[in-house]
Amino acid sequence: MSGLIENNGMLIGWLMVIGQMLLFTIVLLLSLAFLLLMDRKVWAAVMMRKGPNVVGPFGLMQSFADFGKFLLKEIIIPAGANKTVFILAPIITLTLAFASWAVIPVAPGWVISDLNVGILYLFAVSSLGVYGIIMGGWASNSKYPFLGSLRSAAQMVSYEVSLGLIIITVILLSGSMNLTDIVNAQSGGLLAWNLFTVQHILVWPVMVVMFVMFFISALAETNRPPFDLPEAESELVAGYQVEYSSTPYLLFMIGEYLNIVLMCAMMVILFMGGWHGIVPMGADFLNQFPEWIVNLGHLAWFMAKVVFCFFLFALVKAVVPRYRYDQLMRLGWKIFLPTALVAVVLVGGYVVYSGVQA
Amino acid sequence: MELIAFYIFAAIVTVSALAVIMAKNPVHSVLWLILAFFTSAGLLVLIGAEFLAMLLVVVYVGAVAVLFLFVVMMLDVDFVELKKGTLNYWPFGALIGVAFIAQIGLAVFAREGGNTATFNPSPNAATNTEAIGQVMYTDYFLLFQLAGLILLVAMIGAIVLTLRYRTDVKRQNIAEQTARRRSDATEAVHVEPGKGI
Repeated sequence: MSGLIENNGMLIGWLMVIGQMLLFTIVLLLSLAFLLLMDRKVWAAVMMRKGPNVVGPFGLMQSFADFGKFLLKEIIIPAGANKTVFILAPIITLTLAFASWAVIPVAPGWVISDLNVGILYLFAVSSLGVYGIIMGGWASNSKYPFLGSLRSAAQMVSYEVSLGLIIITVILLSGSMNLTDIVNAQSGGLLAWNLFTVQHILVWPVMVVMFVMFFISALAETNRPPFDLPEAESELVAGYQVEYSSTPYLLFMIGEYLNIVLMCAMMVILFMGGWHGIVPMGADFLNQFPEWIVNLGHLAWFMAKVVFCFFLFALVKAVVPRYRYDQLMRLGWKIFLPTALVAVVLVGGYVVYSGVQA
Repeated sequence: MELIAFYIFAAIVTVSALAVIMAKNPVHSVLWLILAFFTSAGLLVLIGAEFLAMLLVVVYVGAVAVLFLFVVMMLDVDFVELKKGTLNYWPFGALIGVAFIAQIGLAVFAREGGNTATFNPSPNAATNTEAIGQVMYTDYFLLFQLAGLILLVAMIGAIVLTLRYRTDVKRQNIAEQTARRRSDATEAVHVEPGKGI
């Protein structure tokens, strides 16, 4: 980003950055519309239903129809609600969900801001996501939303701890907190991914466990089933979203799904080699094509992997029953936290004594 | 450009810090406090200490302030009751305020005379994460460990204070639960019609 500004002069540089952001936002929102549909289709397929199939061919336009419906309905603000915070909560959720995408590299060099502490930034912004939920639940001035927001606050703070420790194992193996460096450390095909890491074969079993734990923690962090206790419909109606309608609800939902896709992208970047394909491709082969075609290929790999992870998220939603709250806390604090701590010690010991890095 | 950003951030920090103590509703106070933390992180980014900035957000905004909000939200406060007798505290408030302003003034005037030390986040390391790591695990290793020990003691203390064993409640043994097989709980019996067991 700063390079763009220095190369092109102030005004054009800024315009280009803003253009990048707009493009990224539009592409994200468009793909989100179809991912939402995919979520519902996968869910329906598991239950042997057809899913949405009326609007457009195969129901492809369903998300856009829903979008229009949400926008045109009336915004209802409860009389006892704290109006400012009530409106602010969904806006914060959506803004933070978009903000975290600023550091996600989708292809070599295709990233809005290549931060040195990219992974920490991601972690910081995703840890802020809980505020939208707490504020929404509190400002509604109603019992179900309040209970939902309390549950979610405790849940998200708990699983952030294990998520952070799992990220540390990846940082140790890659030796960098820059997301581009982390991805490049996994170049060279399927077996170089942190998930199957051949170059660090001694810690391979640890990394597999870490991947599974990251996936489960990501489910808990994004309030997806089986950890959807903040919005458990059989207990809390819809949790923190009970009093929300129309556009504010839409913002909540887009923010939630953006966070899910972000977690998929993090899984891809940290464990599944980012934009690298499953077979190593030599630089000679790639150099005969223009750079943007190669990058489009990388982008396709990245998106395919993200969609695969999203498919796993959708599948889990369909096949597992909801956790009980005390079991959820037990899993987070008594199983994931100690396991992740041991893994950090193991990987740290490996990195120091095997001499893979300085 | 950086100067403009600095003044914007500084103004937001000051205003939100003022709002923390001016807000009537304690939950609003905490929300303003979060804004102040977040904007201070922005100031840290401006001086090039991006690692510290991220840590500030992760630790203070992401964890500590969440717990603040958690506790304050659950307080059952009667605002009229709370306002009663606030004026009785003004001598203490004034004392603390005067001491605070005096300290700030002292610091500003002391700096006028020749103290020109500048903040250099990473003197000879590639990134300031490395710089902090190099100092923390060499020169200040003992202090670092000591701080960790104090935190551990505080944590154990909190657990000991709140832990209580109750014998009159049924508890679930998860290992026992998952080790349970169908044959432990049920039995298939072939019953002749009209006989019963």
